[in-house]
Amino acid sequence: MADHKPKGISRWLFTTNHKDIGTMYLVFSFIMFLIGGAMAMVIRAELFQPGLQFVEPNFFNQMTTLHGLIMVFGAVMPATVGLANWLIPMMIGAPDMALPRMNNWSFWILPAAFILLLSSLFMEGGAPNFGWTFYAPLSTTYGPPSTDFFIFGVHLMGISSIMGAINVIVTVFNMRAPGMTLMKMPLFVWTWLITAFLLVMVMPVLAGAVTMMLTDRHFGTSFFDAAGGGDPVMFQHIFWFFGHPEVYIMILPAFGIASAIIPTFSRKKLFGYSSMVYATASIAFLSFIVWAHHMFTVGMPVKGELFFMVATMLIAVPTGVKVFNWIATMWQGSITYETPMLYAIAFVILFTIGGFSGVMLALTPVDWQYHDTYFVVAHFHYVLFPGAIFGTMAAVYYWMPKWTGRMYDEKLAKVHFWLSIVFVNLTFFPMHFSGLAGMQRRVPDYNIMFSDFNMWSSIGAFGLGLTQFLFLWILIKTCWLKKGEKATDQVWEGAEGLEFTHLPSPAPYHSFDTPPKVD
Amino acid sequence: MSLFRKVALAVAALAVLVLTGCSDQAYNMREGVTEISKEVYSLHMIVIWVCVVIGVLTFGAMFYSMFAHRKSKNPNPAKFSHSTTVEIIWTVIPFIILIALAVPAVKLLIKMEDSSNPDMTVMVKGWQWKWEYKYIDGDNDPSNDVSFFSNLDDASRQQALNAGKYFSGTKIEDENYLLEVDNPLVIPAGQKVRFLVTAEDVIHSFWVPDFSVKKDAIPGFINEVWTKVDEPGIYRGVCAELCGKDHGFMPIVVKVLEQAEYDAWLAEQVEAAKSGPDLNERTMAQLMTEGEAAYNKYCAACHMPNGQGNGPFPSLIGTEVVTGEGSVGKHIDIVLNGVPGTAMQAFGAQLTEAEIAAIITYERNAWGNDTGDKVQPQDIYDMKNGGGE
Repeated sequence: MADHKPKGISRWLFTTNHKDIGTMYLVFSFIMFLIGGAMAMVIRAELFQPGLQFVEPNFFNQMTTLHGLIMVFGAVMPATVGLANWLIPMMIGAPDMALPRMNNWSFWILPAAFILLLSSLFMEGGAPNFGWTFYAPLSTTYGPPSTDFFIFGVHLMGISSIMGAINVIVTVFNMRAPGMTLMKMPLFVWTWLITAFLLVMVMPVLAGAVTMMLTDRHFGTSFFDAAGGGDPVMFQHIFWFFGHPEVYIMILPAFGIASAIIPTFSRKKLFGYSSMVYATASIAFLSFIVWAHHMFTVGMPVKGELFFMVATMLIAVPTGVKVFNWIATMWQGSITYETPMLYAIAFVILFTIGGFSGVMLALTPVDWQYHDTYFVVAHFHYVLFPGAIFGTMAAVYYWMPKWTGRMYDEKLAKVHFWLSIVFVNLTFFPMHFSGLAGMQRRVPDYNIMFSDFNMWSSIGAFGLGLTQFLFLWILIKTCWLKKGEKATDQVWEGAEGLEFTHLPSPAPYHSFDTPPKVD
Repeated sequence: MSLFRKVALAVAALAVLVLTGCSDQAYNMREGVTEISKEVYSLHMIVIWVCVVIGVLTFGAMFYSMFAHRKSKNPNPAKFSHSTTVEIIWTVIPFIILIALAVPAVKLLIKMEDSSNPDMTVMVKGWQWKWEYKYIDGDNDPSNDVSFFSNLDDASRQQALNAGKYFSGTKIEDENYLLEVDNPLVIPAGQKVRFLVTAEDVIHSFWVPDFSVKKDAIPGFINEVWTKVDEPGIYRGVCAELCGKDHGFMPIVVKVLEQAEYDAWLAEQVEAAKSGPDLNERTMAQLMTEGEAAYNKYCAACHMPNGQGNGPFPSLIGTEVVTGEGSVGKHIDIVLNGVPGTAMQAFGAQLTEAEIAAIITYERNAWGNDTGDKVQPQDIYDMKNGGGE
């Protein structure tokens, strides 16, 4: 059976195929990862030693702002959407996503959104410089003219994410093969389903926040301006009502990935499947009632602070359940250490370290000392880089043979892993120390007492950045140059799931023409 | 396995290198000097050790499994995939640990938030990019209120710029680099001091780690926070909330004095405030020297030391407001009252008449502007008080 698809550029422009769209999401995300990473290099170069060496403070602020926005909205989120596109139809026994044209549209909005955002770098007054959290009034009354481009860009990203999320929800509820009950779905599908609900619920809130900014800036409203009866703190409440679930939007798919990879290489079933599902759902629920832990210093009433502190600490319980279940899955397994497994194990350990600092930050009285220091920077980079990004890398290595029909270069991939893990810790671990010692976030220069830790962080960051070119080379070698031995249909000895048991490698263009039978 | 060993060795070597390389630098939260900050520190240490113990147990189990249950040792995997008992155990135990942590945290927080019955009150106001401190008189007599601005010191400013010569070898060695100001906040030892924290423009955050005090300064709202320091000394902090370009350059210095010394200091300030502004006539040379110093301190951060401006901050060279015919009035007006909706602040309340006169004279005659205009403190005083032209 020949797969019908247009040739050349129109294949990609007009495609409605979940695999092509997934590929485009992943490629786009990798480009953004390199651009956002280049900005991180500028930041770390400036912070290599005390004094102002390379950039003006204002440009430094533009770099931290764009680095955050690009990594969150351009790299991590599109990467997980790309994985969802590739994997969900194959995992539930469907031919494609439920809404293929919308799928095309939700991808193609993204390049436009990021061209808008990046073009602000070349505008008079410079790019947005108020941090990725864009607190009012720094972003409203005091924002540069390019803020309006940022607002429009965020709207577009939001529309794209909401459409992508609706597609996942509709696909999961309508396209499952006969016998694939909800509680038989792979955990990646579950975590993405829950992620999709979070997206649909909070992206409109973000859109509301930027719209209020727009009217404050141009149409005489005072949502966030006390002089007109508004409140700058209200901005933070609205932002973090979006922002905290957003954290889980970025990490839940990685939970699903770890739950697929660890059983495969342990040659043992996932421990506690149903408690994994319930834990994910509880985390998602709790993510809606903890937002103000990002704002313990704004002067909330004590009772409010107590509520948010206790609710936040509760998140440690379901998260702990997940970590223990992964370990129990490995327990008495028959473990081998191919690259995806190495990344998955690193994910569990380093994400948990980020979780520990999360518990510390949850305690309001001590948070007064941690808040807005490098300790926070260390915390969220631990859950994002070795968390979300290592999760994505694990997924790419794990499913690439299924996608391309070829094994990647295992030796190079291991080098990539070991370099990444050394440098990721060298970059972010010292930030705990500089933060505790008293270095505040988002500054281009610092006192000499922080100079050693900053130097180590910078060296680590340069190494981490360079290492990713090795990843790029491994991808090019496998996907483009088509080097590497042929993958078997099952790919990995212990792999389960419809994509490994019912589809050849590479998987056909339209995954399942006839639904498989699941028992 | 040999690759694994090599990498493990490399990691261990690196860790040792990092730890020894940093041994002379602070790597932990400071204990601070107040009762509260010490309690915060011990809660911090408790939660760290709780995390370390849980981490060692969890990761220990994981590493044991990684080693003992690898395929070459354990070719036949076990078949179990759930156990209600252990799942209940590892849900309940974390829950209990969290409650045990929450109890002291709740108690401490309630104590920290109790700013009632202060001995004295200081208003702290964040500006882009400086702090203003206002001492509110205990007897509610506004004529005894004292207020002043606190800016980054000139030495730090100079060093930051010198280091900008792309690794020229100018190494910064000043241990108070970026942590020194011209006028520190002064408070008495042994007194409960309440800070009313607010901001003029954007959100700032008043943070003094040694007191475990951090409170956001929010324009249009007033937050309360308090401290009681028993040990006289000098304590340093920073603005903790991103507030624009010079967020990293607005330190906080708190000088804690014995009660008697503090009283003497305050009396001196009240006296100075009551004596009125210095409006003596100055020569052109005096105005230019004073003007250059004041310009570099208050204006150069945005308009640059060479007056050329930077991005959204306009150049002052040959501009209509600065060199235009009969533009002196407009020029003074902008410096006194600022430009609404832009980063140009109103300096009328921040600087003395003499400083403003000197700055304006300097701007109109430096960098080839050469207008020959001379502005005297009296002119500024008149304009400020409704007179002038």
